[in-house]
Amino acid sequence: MNNPQTDNFPEGPSFRRALNARYRSASLWQMVFLSALLIAILSLMTLLYTVADGAFGYVAYEYKHDPTEFSSTPLNELGKDELLSILQSNLSAGAFKKLDNEKPMASRSHADLYSLFLERLLQIDTKQIWSMTDSFLHAAEIRAEATHKYPDAQLEFRSWLTPQFLSSPMSSRAEFAGVRTAILGSLWLVGIAILFALPVGTGAAIYLQEYASKNWLTKIIQTNINNLAGVPSIVYGMLGLAIFVRLLEPLTSGAAFGVIDSNGRTVLSAGLTMGMLVLPLIIINAQEAIKAVPDSLRQASFGVGATRWQTVWHHVLPNALPGILTGSILALSRALGETAPLIVVGASTFISVDPSGPFSKFTALPIQIYQWTTRAQPEFHAIAAASIIVLLILLLSLNAAAILLRNRFQRKY
Amino acid sequence: MNPPFDLTKKPRIGESLIQSLLFLAGVLSIFTTLAIVYVLGKEAWLFFGSPEVTFAKFFGGTKWQPGIGQFGIWPLVTSTLVTSSIAMLVSLPLGLSAALFLSEYASPKTRSALKPILEILAGIPTVVYGYFALLFMTPLLQNIFGEQVQVYNMASAGIVMGIMILPLISSMSEDALSAVPRSLREAAYAMGATKFETSLQIVLPAALSGVGAAFIIGISRAVGETMIVAVAAGAGPNFTFNPFQAAETMTGHIARISGGDLSYNSIDYNSLFAIALMLFLVTLVLNLISQRVVERFREKYE
Repeated sequence: MNNPQTDNFPEGPSFRRALNARYRSASLWQMVFLSALLIAILSLMTLLYTVADGAFGYVAYEYKHDPTEFSSTPLNELGKDELLSILQSNLSAGAFKKLDNEKPMASRSHADLYSLFLERLLQIDTKQIWSMTDSFLHAAEIRAEATHKYPDAQLEFRSWLTPQFLSSPMSSRAEFAGVRTAILGSLWLVGIAILFALPVGTGAAIYLQEYASKNWLTKIIQTNINNLAGVPSIVYGMLGLAIFVRLLEPLTSGAAFGVIDSNGRTVLSAGLTMGMLVLPLIIINAQEAIKAVPDSLRQASFGVGATRWQTVWHHVLPNALPGILTGSILALSRALGETAPLIVVGASTFISVDPSGPFSKFTALPIQIYQWTTRAQPEFHAIAAASIIVLLILLLSLNAAAILLRNRFQRKY
Repeated sequence: MNPPFDLTKKPRIGESLIQSLLFLAGVLSIFTTLAIVYVLGKEAWLFFGSPEVTFAKFFGGTKWQPGIGQFGIWPLVTSTLVTSSIAMLVSLPLGLSAALFLSEYASPKTRSALKPILEILAGIPTVVYGYFALLFMTPLLQNIFGEQVQVYNMASAGIVMGIMILPLISSMSEDALSAVPRSLREAAYAMGATKFETSLQIVLPAALSGVGAAFIIGISRAVGETMIVAVAAGAGPNFTFNPFQAAETMTGHIARISGGDLSYNSIDYNSLFAIALMLFLVTLVLNLISQRVVERFREKYE
């Protein structure tokens, strides 16, 4: 019997060979695909390690002045009152008055005064810093190098991320700079952004899901929201600069409310810009959450005579709320890490005063990271790394909160 | 006797008030778009209207120095092209491979262990990637390629940007791949195809529109990305295609100039809006194309 189809079918050893070749290439490509994922994981690990590598390590530093010039008691035994009198007698009257105006000297803590003493009088001078890897692997060489190159310097293993780093304001010296002003600025910023975007975004989502009929206007709005989510963040920055900083300056600077000596580059302008930026994300997330509420709930509510708004308010919203909040937290973490629009709307790069209200000047964590990363001196890279750790921890806790919220309130219908 | 109870009457003014408030929230997004177009358009109009600037200079010149009347956009465009191309060269193969592995090979357990890692990668702020590019990738490139790599260079910014875009490409492609119905795969297996042959010759072509959309969105993201290039690619327009040289991109230029003391109504200020308008139009067109690709070329399975 002659069957034209099976006659062409490879048989015997050549068939085996072809099959084996196909199996080999299949498993080879599986390795290739897997290695792409491994590269991604490796990149993440390397990124995190690079940050940690910069934030800890040996530091060689010396003081420009000898502690004995100021006091005969050893440094670590100086009391608060002694420090205060040393500062008062050695600082120029003007400098002391300026510090006193920022925060009364008498009410400052011991640690605060001590760091002022180090900063202003002893004038710490960082000679060289080493990365964490070097510090662990080549500790002996580093010690030899330091004693050879800087005989007067002290060498110590330093973590640039300290409680003091979190609680001190900006400083022009990396050794004393902190991120308190930046953290507070970031909190103000995302607070204002969410106050604006959450109600408006949820409202828009309710309109689109519950009220809007299927017509051209709804379609335009929907397409438009999807497109807005893809607009580069720096373009939002330009929008904020033109609208909030310049056009609405009387409002955003607080001039209309009696605030004097301020321009439009306030935390309010930046917060509203951020709000515009995260608005499409919040709308899209809220729409998904509202979509997930089953129609039977709405029909039951209409069935007992409730109006549309009563149905939305008492039945749809409570059921969609966990989803909406999860989406908002994710939008918040986006706003927290966003840098480009803040540069454009004019975050202050050097500011040591905490933001006190919506009309104050501000800086934010990502802005400080940007500033310090682009400085040439390595000690600024070290504090940039430390502030990256602070930012990543903040983001991680926000995301953990979102996941908890989702798991806690997730309902299945 | 009471008047008859009228069911057609609308007793609540609040209802319609609330509805109009919600409607306002909905159309606010349209106003946002209009505001972007108006603001960018107006300032860009002022820029092109000023006597020093002509379209020929803008699109023909290879020098961008508004201070001395040089308004050629090309140096900013070429560096944007170079960094974005490098980013796509890194992120498309890696992202697509990762998506194929996650969707076709990985067990549900492996998938749920690996996906969060990609999500973490996607959630890291771009300024942190900038730090990574400047302080890890650039020294690495300098070790490999030697002296020719400048401290600020487009290659390291592009590669790190590729890593940043990878999760986006992989998650969008994976969605497209897993939307391909099981029956197609099973038909291929029944014909004796290996898993690899099925993935590459059956599943991938069926999901091609989704992968294409991911690719286009990736380009749009790369073109609009600011912080990585602002930190690592260089501060100063430079007309070059050499990835190891420093050159400022469109976004990087806006960030640097607007970060300084910028006086309103100067030609510098207006020029930023002209660049931003180009950026907005390019990303808008890319996003629209990607949406069309998904809608138009989606294979429909019953």
